[in-house]
Amino acid sequence: MSPPSTPTLISQAKNTWCPGCGNFAIQHAFRNVVEQLEKEGIPREKIVLVSGIGCHAKIVDYFELNSFYSLHGRTIPVATGIKMANPDLKVICFAGDGDLYAEGLDHLIHAAKRNVDITVICHNNRVYGLTTGQYTPTSPYGYRGRSTPNGIHEHPINIIEIMLGAGATFVARAYSRNIPLLKRVIHEAICHPGFAHIDVLQICATFLNMTSFYDEHVYETSEANISQFEVACRTGQQWDYSDKGPIPLGIFYKIIRPGLPEGGEHKPVERKGAVLEIIRRFS
Amino acid sequence: MHTSIQGNIHYQKELNCHTEAGCVGEFSVLIGGKAGDGISQAGQLISSVFSSLGYHVYQYVDYPSLIRGGHNFCIIRAAEFPVAAFRSGINALIALDQQTVDLHARKLSEGGVIIYDSDRVRTSGEGISLAPLIQAHEGIPIMGNTAIVSALFRYLGLSWKCIEPILRKKLPKQTEKNLQIARAAWDLITPKWAIPVPGGISRPFFSGNEWIGLGLLLGGLDAYIAYPMTPSSGILHFLASVADETGIQVYHPESEIAVILMALGFSYAGKKVAVGTSGGGFCLMTEGLSLAGQAEIPIVIIVAQRTGPSTGLPTYTAQSDLMFIRHAGQGEFPRWIAAPATPQEALFLSAEAIRIAWQFQIPAIILSDKSFSEGLFTGASELPDISPISFADPAFPYRRYEDTQDGISPLLFPPHPHEIVKVNSYTHDVEGITTEDPHITMLMADKRKRKARALQEHIDVQESVIIAGEKSAPVCVIAWGSVRGQVMELVTDNSFRLVSPLILEPFPIKTFKAAIEGSQKIIIVEESATGQIDKILKEHGITPDELILRYDGRPSSIEELQNLIRRVL
Repeated sequence: MSPPSTPTLISQAKNTWCPGCGNFAIQHAFRNVVEQLEKEGIPREKIVLVSGIGCHAKIVDYFELNSFYSLHGRTIPVATGIKMANPDLKVICFAGDGDLYAEGLDHLIHAAKRNVDITVICHNNRVYGLTTGQYTPTSPYGYRGRSTPNGIHEHPINIIEIMLGAGATFVARAYSRNIPLLKRVIHEAICHPGFAHIDVLQICATFLNMTSFYDEHVYETSEANISQFEVACRTGQQWDYSDKGPIPLGIFYKIIRPGLPEGGEHKPVERKGAVLEIIRRFS
Repeated sequence: MHTSIQGNIHYQKELNCHTEAGCVGEFSVLIGGKAGDGISQAGQLISSVFSSLGYHVYQYVDYPSLIRGGHNFCIIRAAEFPVAAFRSGINALIALDQQTVDLHARKLSEGGVIIYDSDRVRTSGEGISLAPLIQAHEGIPIMGNTAIVSALFRYLGLSWKCIEPILRKKLPKQTEKNLQIARAAWDLITPKWAIPVPGGISRPFFSGNEWIGLGLLLGGLDAYIAYPMTPSSGILHFLASVADETGIQVYHPESEIAVILMALGFSYAGKKVAVGTSGGGFCLMTEGLSLAGQAEIPIVIIVAQRTGPSTGLPTYTAQSDLMFIRHAGQGEFPRWIAAPATPQEALFLSAEAIRIAWQFQIPAIILSDKSFSEGLFTGASELPDISPISFADPAFPYRRYEDTQDGISPLLFPPHPHEIVKVNSYTHDVEGITTEDPHITMLMADKRKRKARALQEHIDVQESVIIAGEKSAPVCVIAWGSVRGQVMELVTDNSFRLVSPLILEPFPIKTFKAAIEGSQKIIIVEESATGQIDKILKEHGITPDELILRYDGRPSSIEELQNLIRRVL
């Protein structure tokens, strides 16, 4: 007797990522995590995916899950609204580095500050793919793109430091070619009660293929002292997104702190009566 | 439109006015001082006393965009009939500083009085030395306002028995000390007038922003998201203050971009949500507006206009954003815009905005302005009837953008045990999956067009245009929003008809054309430099004859408007 069939997690939408794109690995890892969450008692209908705009964002079309395909840079406010409206939902943002760290950086900082209980997975390929290879806030120094033919003379931002400084309670880095770690980190991030940020290094097969550099420099850092802020800062500073390693991977920081949504139920109140009471008070 | 909006409002007054301060049955007070003197609060105290006496009250608040110093003033007009505008003249001037006398004494009508703080002001009238009076009772400087308000009502001939319980109710903090000071000022003044006490019910007195907030609550609002911006912040403050007792969530995030996106998240998850801002904040919201149009996510947006362009005059009024708000957002999608001018309309239309947004899955916009939002009005205590939102039941398997006859796809909110809900900012198929297929692109655009048609049909059978005055008069005055309140006051003294669209988008052209039928001269009165509604009328083949435009940020007094209209009649 065969077990009852579970509908597939992958939708019928045609996949249009380039061959070799790091997005496939993130999709694969996330699918495994959803299956694991289901086994742990979180039904798939309670999962809501929110994406920005860019190559990464197509992931929401490819999953047979609730989704809000939002705007470039705007995953976080959308996800925050969904979570505040229904704290029972698990809200996961898929964002790109141009999307999240350029256009949407203010939202990211404020989400970390308010410790909203959502998970943000950044597909950090360090280049704009969909708009054909311009530099992003994390592109390497000297990167030549179509908008910067002479190379950029700005150093990439270290998003780990920014997240730690902004008050994120879960800060991690993963790599699309280390799937076991990627799965573990995504799972822990979703289970973390508070704001969780994962910077996922991935290559852009078409515009910025850094496979060999990453393969040579990444290592899994110790997670023994992840509640210590100073340790997290030191781990985060080991690599500044330059061409020198080593590149630590794993969970850098994890603490529990109150955040959004704040506890307490929003009980339905008979509205006409409540309005009449307010009017009476002001008459 | 539901008839109850107009049910309790009677604008036509029987009285003839002979002075700029009005006539029997009404009374105007101007109170002025420095920013930080608590002028607005003192004005509200005067207003609420008049309201408690049974008067209808309108309060205009004029203040510059700063926290300390500068000149603030309020005009309080109390009348035995509904009021929504002020006169050029005043009956009493309350001066807490010299500038108030220098700027406004000329507005005093015959028999008018100046009541002033004689420590700070040199003039003639009824002076009270406030500092020693406060000192004698160990009060704080702001209590001078209580003293001078008390002096006003003593001058007007009211009894302490009548005024004491009202002050007690309106001064909940340090009540006894305030009352002692009020009584001490009272005893210094000899009554000179004997204003009537209309009696009857004490009408609720709120700012336009608060009336809008109450309407949103009535319409079933679950959440209000906003970033502070004058003159819309009053809605945020008011709803935050009543959030606990009404069970709503109120949140102030990092920017207006976050505001609208967060609100769309709430809406996707099944909550009735509204946002509020002014022109500058609305600029930031336009990408979210267009997203709401494409993804068909319901949302209510309140825009309180101020003088532009750009930062403009933050605390002064305008009606110059109508065309912007009507056209904002890339692409083509239906929206609904309404402009209330009275408390009852604000109650009804704000609730209606929620109904429209969720029934048609579109952005529904309440277009206010500084005059309405921050003006204070007495209104009726009865609430309009709000009919429930009619939803079509979703069919299964669920498809978020199911193509239907009227273009409206059934709504479903996650989580659902065996259905998924996908919304999308890209052009999408019926399931919400991104597509670039030309046929589906057309299909979805046609679906939005059918929704627009259904919306137009919906408003065409409602009371979407207010008509007042002589309905067959050859002269037709067009005004919308707060300016209607000014024009309303003139309709019986002048032989014209007033035609005022309540709904501005989709424009209720059938109802409007019927309202102006037979008119020989069309005059637009608007607070803009180029004429906004003029452009809408011209789109529909109506060419107005005269434009009375005011664009100095100040609303017109009844007399100023009267003169302007007479000049073009």
